[in-house]
Amino acid sequence: MRYIFYPGCSQEGTALEYRDSTLAVLQALGADVQELEGWTCCGASVASVMSELLGFVLPARNLALAEKQANGRDLLTVCSACYTNFRRTFATLAANRQLHQKVNQALELEGLAYQGTLTARHILDVLANDFGPEAIRARVKKPLEGLTVAPYYGCQTVRPYSPFDDGQRPTSMLPLLEALGVKVHRHSREASCCGTSLLMTKPEVGLTMVGSVLEACEGADCIVTVCPMCHMNLDAYQDKVSRLLGRKVQIPVLYLPQLIGLALGLPEEKLGLRRHITPVKF
Amino acid sequence: MAAITEALDLGQLDRSLAQRVSPGRWEKILSCIQCGTCSASCPAAHAMDISPRQMWRMVQLGMTEEVLRSKSIWLCSLCYTCHVRCPRGIPLTETIVRLKELAMERGIVSSPQSEAFYRAFAEVMRRYGRLREVEFMARYFLASNPLAALGFARLGLTMLARGKIRPELPRLGGEGRLDRLFARVAELEEKR
Ligand code: SF4
Ligand code: SF4
Repeated sequence: MRYIFYPGCSQEGTALEYRDSTLAVLQALGADVQELEGWTCCGASVASVMSELLGFVLPARNLALAEKQANGRDLLTVCSACYTNFRRTFATLAANRQLHQKVNQALELEGLAYQGTLTARHILDVLANDFGPEAIRARVKKPLEGLTVAPYYGCQTVRPYSPFDDGQRPTSMLPLLEALGVKVHRHSREASCCGTSLLMTKPEVGLTMVGSVLEACEGADCIVTVCPMCHMNLDAYQDKVSRLLGRKVQIPVLYLPQLIGLALGLPEEKLGLRRHITPVKF
Repeated sequence: MAAITEALDLGQLDRSLAQRVSPGRWEKILSCIQCGTCSASCPAAHAMDISPRQMWRMVQLGMTEEVLRSKSIWLCSLCYTCHVRCPRGIPLTETIVRLKELAMERGIVSSPQSEAFYRAFAEVMRRYGRLREVEFMARYFLASNPLAALGFARLGLTMLARGKIRPELPRLGGEGRLDRLFARVAELEEKR
């Protein structure tokens, strides 16, 4: 299994532990991973608000770089917003030749052209379908028996451009979690919204959204996510949510590769569990 | 809103807004049957001044000012729930992004925090090519509400202590990493 890795901006800062744990798990599974050279921001949710064209040019710039470097490798993303931007760009340009040409007119400036041959894949898809639960189970050194885990997919991991799971009732994490020996806490907010940037721009609304997810996950020992934005929102605002609800809500939030890493017995410095705001204690 | 007593003649509508925000697929917007699935699915509907269902009717009616000045568009978190559930297959979420773009362009953003958020993010992205989170936060709070930063101060300190963020001095002057590409895009869009 060979990949080009597009980390995305948060992997250089607040979500460093997501990157480290992902790379450690992929290495343990025998994947061959190269970082995308010269990558820049995918535009997040911001570029396309500033300008529709910019919202396609920024992802396309990275896709064009990835096409040059690919040589049969898939492009791997760990952030669901980057993932959606790449897939939205691939799908929209494939259906709109004029726009595709315009995007390439912009990229010409950097000596680049996006051919439209490559799109991105999500780490959850890669873990669930390229490696699969059996490959992971075979490498488990410390089964996490006795641990109850609430899966949380969020929105853009599974919709609307994601081909590997159901957009409203996703299940792709279940076999992976079972392979680790944990008990799964199913709940009604698995694919609900974490509030994204509303936590900054409209905190009262964002906190209600985070609160409803955290409440649905109560009873589990931890929540497992696959997106740095979801992670930040669920992990960092638990004090504020507790104040809003008038009672203490405290539940550790792990990235899926961190949880897999624990079961594979990978060293703590690769997993970065101490970097989280809500302490990871089971 | 006043009760609508006559049947709408969709042939007589002002289509300019729909055409503007959904180029190439604006007819889809006219196919909205007002079922309310979007409103019922929206995690932010409770805080909106115009519900998603009402907003799509207003887009059909060409009520540009009212829609662009609404709080609702800035409460959309891009969750894509309405988008995948709309029985008429209208690309709702992406059309809201176009409404945001138009409101920004016309300078009628009802939410100063949202405007500050987008502008600060875009500025950091243009300068460095990648988001520098601390500089972005600093710019955002300075432009929106420096006092609100206090509400984040404790979280910021915890993040520093955990090594989740690193102090970075804003490199004023920047590196201009994507200056040329941003300028080229603006030129191609014939804006500014
Ligand atoms: S879900 Fe679609 S058809 Fe139904 S009210 Fe909303 S926009 Fe109209
Ligand atoms: S995409 Fe926006 S408008 Fe649609 S349901 Fe989600 S938050 Fe509401």
